Amino acid sequence: MRPRLRLLDDALAGRILDEARSVLSTLGVELHDPEGLELLVSHGAVADGGGGRVRIPARLVDRALATAPRAFALYDVLGDRTHDLSGENVHFTPGSAAIRILDPATGVLRAPSTPDYVRYARLVAGLPNLAAQSTAFVPSDVPAEVSDSYRLFLSLLFCEKPVVTGAFSAAAFQVMRDLQLAVRGSDAALREKPLAVFTCCPTSPLAWSEATGRNLLDCARAGIPVEIVAVPLSGFLSPVTLTGTLVQGAAENLSGVVLHQLAAPGAPLLWGTSAAVFDIRSEGAATGAIETAMLTAAMGELGKRLGLPTQAYAGVSDSKELDAQAGLETSSGALLAALSGINSISGPGLLDLDNGFSLEKLVVDHEICGMALRLTRGVEPRDDFPALPLLAELLSEKHLLIARHTRRHLRTEITFPGPAIDRSSEARWREDGAETLGARAGREVERLVSASVPSRLPASARRDLVTVMESAARNAGLDRLPGRDPE
Amino acid sequence: MDLLKELAENLRLGEDEAVRAGTRAALDAGLAPGEILRTGLLAGMAVVGGEFGRREIFLPDVLLAARAMQAGMEVLRPHLARDGAPEAGRVVLGTVQGDLHDIGKNLVGILLRGAGYEVIDLGTDVPAARFLEAAETSGAGVIGLSALLTTTMPRMAEVVSLVRERGLGGRVKVVVGGAPVTQAFADGIGADGWGFDAESAVRRVKALMESV
Ligand code: B12
Repeated sequence: MRPRLRLLDDALAGRILDEARSVLSTLGVELHDPEGLELLVSHGAVADGGGGRVRIPARLVDRALATAPRAFALYDVLGDRTHDLSGENVHFTPGSAAIRILDPATGVLRAPSTPDYVRYARLVAGLPNLAAQSTAFVPSDVPAEVSDSYRLFLSLLFCEKPVVTGAFSAAAFQVMRDLQLAVRGSDAALREKPLAVFTCCPTSPLAWSEATGRNLLDCARAGIPVEIVAVPLSGFLSPVTLTGTLVQGAAENLSGVVLHQLAAPGAPLLWGTSAAVFDIRSEGAATGAIETAMLTAAMGELGKRLGLPTQAYAGVSDSKELDAQAGLETSSGALLAALSGINSISGPGLLDLDNGFSLEKLVVDHEICGMALRLTRGVEPRDDFPALPLLAELLSEKHLLIARHTRRHLRTEITFPGPAIDRSSEARWREDGAETLGARAGREVERLVSASVPSRLPASARRDLVTVMESAARNAGLDRLPGRDPE
Repeated sequence: MDLLKELAENLRLGEDEAVRAGTRAALDAGLAPGEILRTGLLAGMAVVGGEFGRREIFLPDVLLAARAMQAGMEVLRPHLARDGAPEAGRVVLGTVQGDLHDIGKNLVGILLRGAGYEVIDLGTDVPAARFLEAAETSGAGVIGLSALLTTTMPRMAEVVSLVRERGLGGRVKVVVGGAPVTQAFADGIGADGWGFDAESAVRRVKALMESV
């Protein structure tokens, strides 16, 4: 049996989605992109005055849900399939777009650089429980105008995994698409084998900014998958009750699904969430709160009920360092999201309310992801029945260490996290140098970065990547590409 | 004097109707508008500010008090102008061009209003020139800029240089904030101040208002 977390019964889930539809048909959403507005109106949505507010009838929602794909796949830079985003399949991805990196030497969250980014990309290549990479943080040594696209450039150059990413403006989309075309070779090839997922967030409450609205349409038309990630902040920009926040989050996401599917019926999307409770004491969206994890799970249930593949920000922490709070929040979030069967879980590595990233934490979180993935496989009967022969063997041999049954099932039944997680005796741990968790994770970062093998992306594609980035960088006043040829 | 104590207490409790009535009653009793502002409304707000600073109360309590302050000011403002009593000052506030994050900016606005400032909120995605226009037409002493994206932080520098270009540096100060913005960045672009949360924003604005 697949273990599954459920927070909403059928009646409540149905009611939430009904209310979301009626919110869309009566209050509607505000759209700042004129083309999106036009698209909706031409299909029967009703523009409300001149402010960009538009009411979306339930029939448009139904139509969009009918064309939205139930599943899609992602492929790495070599064209090999890595993700089946459907059903209860769970994949983990590092969190994205942090603005600072935790410096292990000083314990300070500082501005990241391109060498940090290259180390990150090489590290992710060596972490098998992370099916995708993400454009995890923003290097500060490239001009701000290209800082979103530059991450994608370095990611595609140094790590083979598909990328969860996003543009910070409407204009950045073109470059970020061209980078993907450089890898795949043609528009048709990119459509056939999606390489990246773009995050597009509606603006709570009930609005789409011009930039993210445009990104949504641009991605749909280019066949680039999106994750539609509502961020209702409970108690501030959405009702304080979890149910009320779910109604609003569902309405915001549904408006995105409609817009996206009208632009290109059948284009791939994920139903995402970064819904969170707002902690008025710290003036922040608490990413590690248990209520945030509950919103995540429940949003996932709503997406599944609609038949859509799902995404969530989970497995993150509000701590500023690699401490017990980081472990607690990350693992509770990751475990609950995995138990909810969310198809793409973004978050590992993130700290400080999504503002900070840590390579050492990524190593620890990677082990947590391994445990979460194990949990999703549940308790399964293998060759366990009848039980008598094996127990008879145990009684006669006095142990099962080398039994055939043990050898067959050891590595699938029991996971062996480490080297961050340490299970040795105190004496052994002391003899090994009494290292802290941070030190063990730090050594693993160094080991994986130096052991990483260069990406097998063909030289011609690398050249095309450089050409695309060079021209965008030149427009931003940058005449060399930092990090491109690391030692 | 008891009237003003009660006014301050009602303001602290966020009772806007009681503050409105209390302000009227104080005027009817012949108290000077400036006195009502200082010893009633602002005194109550100072208590709220202190409790908030010590984490004894939460932001919604400040918001309620700010709303009550607003109610009292509506009654008092026409009289203040006559009386010549100084208002705390005006602040132009907004999120810079290309950026739509406004939660932090709104919180800063709430606390500034609570501290007695008149806030001219230009919203989000605001071009540099609009900040200048608003500051010039309103006579604001401070421009507050918010940015949450690394890609939009450079827009802050534009506002600072426009202030210089137009020779307003002595009269209009620029304060910056938002999660990616640091003191070092603020210094680098020549901004006059930086705040990391709403309470520190008010402190910076207060200090700058006193300096202009
Ligand atoms: C909520 C949120 C959103 C909401 C915003 C809703 C709204 N109405 O504002 C939505 C979902 C719409 C959104 C959209 C996007 N977001 Co956003 N968002 C956040 C999030 C999670 C919280 C921001 C927030 O509101 N914090 C709470 C407030 C109270 O804190 P604050 O803003 O920092 O403000 C405080 C202080 O900084 C200070 N302050 C603020 N302003 C000022 C001004 C002055 C004068 C002073 C003195 C002080 C001051 O006082 C405030 C009160 O304490 C942050 C992560 C984070 N923790 O910052 C990401 C984050 C900022 N977003 C991010 C991104 C990438 C985006 C998108 C591009 C995503 C997308 N592809 O769709 C879009 C951007 C669209 C655009 N062009 O602006 C990134 C930025 C990455 C980067 N390197 O720049 C972040 C860091 C998340 C991440 N790691 O990915 N986002």
